Amino acid sequence: MRVVLAEDLFLLRDGLVRMLEAFGFEIAAAVESGPELSRALAELDADVAVVDVRLPPTHTDEGLQCALAARRARPGLPVLVLSQHVEQLYARELLADGNGGIGYLLKDRVFDAEQFVDAVRRVAAGGTAMDPQVIQQLLSRRAGDDRPLAGLTPRELEVLELMAQGRSNAGIAAQLVVTERAVAKHTSNIFAKLGLEVSDDDNRRVLAVLAHLDRDR
Amino acid sequence: MNTDTESDDFRTRARSAVLAAVQGLTLAVAVLPCGVAFLVLTLVSVALIPVGVGLVTTPAVLTGVRALADARRKLAAEWCGVRIPVAYRPPPRSANPWTRTFALLRDPQVRRDVRWLPVDMTAGFVTALLPALLLFYPFEGFAVAAGLWRVTDGPYWYLFVPVGGPLTALAAAVPAAGLLVLAFRHTPRLMRLHFRLTRAVLGPADGELAERVRVLTETRRDAVDTSAAELRRIERDLHDGAQARLVAMGMDLGTIEMLVEHDPARAKKLLAQARRNSAEALEELRDLVRGIHPPVLAERGLGDAVRALALRLPLPAEVTVELPRRADAPVESAAYFAVSEVLTNAAKHSGADRVWVDVHHADGRLRITVTDNGRGGAAVGAGSGLAGVERRLGTFDGVLAVSSPVGGPTLVTMEIPCALS
Repeated sequence: MRVVLAEDLFLLRDGLVRMLEAFGFEIAAAVESGPELSRALAELDADVAVVDVRLPPTHTDEGLQCALAARRARPGLPVLVLSQHVEQLYARELLADGNGGIGYLLKDRVFDAEQFVDAVRRVAAGGTAMDPQVIQQLLSRRAGDDRPLAGLTPRELEVLELMAQGRSNAGIAAQLVVTERAVAKHTSNIFAKLGLEVSDDDNRRVLAVLAHLDRDR
Repeated sequence: MNTDTESDDFRTRARSAVLAAVQGLTLAVAVLPCGVAFLVLTLVSVALIPVGVGLVTTPAVLTGVRALADARRKLAAEWCGVRIPVAYRPPPRSANPWTRTFALLRDPQVRRDVRWLPVDMTAGFVTALLPALLLFYPFEGFAVAAGLWRVTDGPYWYLFVPVGGPLTALAAAVPAAGLLVLAFRHTPRLMRLHFRLTRAVLGPADGELAERVRVLTETRRDAVDTSAAELRRIERDLHDGAQARLVAMGMDLGTIEMLVEHDPARAKKLLAQARRNSAEALEELRDLVRGIHPPVLAERGLGDAVRALALRLPLPAEVTVELPRRADAPVESAAYFAVSEVLTNAAKHSGADRVWVDVHHADGRLRITVTDNGRGGAAVGAGSGLAGVERRLGTFDGVLAVSSPVGGPTLVTMEIPCALS
């Protein structure tokens, strides 16, 4: 799997390259600025891009803008965005085109190499990987007055949280140490309670949940 | 010795009297045409604003007027040591002729400049000419006494003396000598009178300045206090938070190094703890950074930072932003933290189930309103975060107004004068 990597801090870039190579990824390019990233994304036919939000030369949200532009040029291009902080605002922008293949994680998540690599693979396959903090923010905003959400059991809320992060049933089952069948039961309950249409497609399921959580009240 | 000093004194006095007279004469000659020309140009230019031409010419003409006033201020300081304080507003950065013209016309200093033109070409002209008259007129008297009176057929009038013969000619010399003595004593003073008049018209009113100084002193003290308190808080947070966690991590790693051979199970447990500590240190640093300068603000500017803030609120918030460009970083930061405080207040105390935030820039001011549909009764007073907001904004000459009748709704308005770039 060919990865384009954009990160301006040498130590982190180097570490990411080593980690991804150790897990069998091929690094097509490891760049350190916005213009280089745009060029790499346009010229190299990457399977997934791992991009830091803040890049030179402006040190603002250059990386995010490059990623969004690249996805406009090539809809569905898998992009995993990394940042020192997560904002619902950015998550919304990344998810806006509804195409999937989007990841948005705190840089801290690279501590857990296996989970991180799992997220990269999921995004590359057209799935979603949302940081737990984004989901928690969404849920805590909902907590007050969202009646369907209040009707969920604590276990169902846990499943919903993991589902919104983009995990598959198998992933959720492994995380909660239950059977996949139990997870499937929980998810169908959740969908019924939230009034969402059940879908077998994992990715469409995630997007539906995210849209439900982020809709305007 | 004594006589030397006296003659030196006399010479200095004579020199300064002549100098003042020459300076006055030069000024008087220059004042009239320049003043008239600029006054006419200004009036015509302003009158042409509705047609459009004035938009282009007015800034240029007003810049000319300012140059004229600047030259006079410089002369005042150099010739007579009269310092005329000057307080132009910073020029608008916008290239839009409307904005430029009206910003200039609204500037009190520019208005004083224009008002000074007619004063300068009348009273200013006379006061500039006086020293020269006082110094040079006596010489006519002496010339009359010496025989100039003979050139006319009738009596030659010098001041109030009709000179018709040698005796009256001598009589004319007396007031002339008196005038000369007066000139020696007072021409420099008259020159200073001219510049004092200029200062009275051109300089900002003293009361205005004193008030400004008072406000600045106060807001500066507040700003220094606030930033010192902030630094103390950051120091404490780092000391008790991230720093302590790194120490703990270092210790854990040392222990792990010892344990890894003979007790791998415990070493593994400690490793997990070290990782948790590093994650928590990061989390604390992130919160700290958000408190110093929120990353979204740095990355996106005030509009999106306020939107991101609204998304973190536990209640729905509607945000409208109308900012064509970004404000200066310190203003953005002050505005952001002000909005943050007001929103936190609304979420915590108002009992509102909805808030509206409006951010826009007009007339050189950043204007932010935060409205909630809560129970009202908020006030700027001790203990409420609003007093802190008011202080923070004060550093930027910003103001805060709260309208919060009991029963609601609460409307908080903040205004900061600033330019966008």
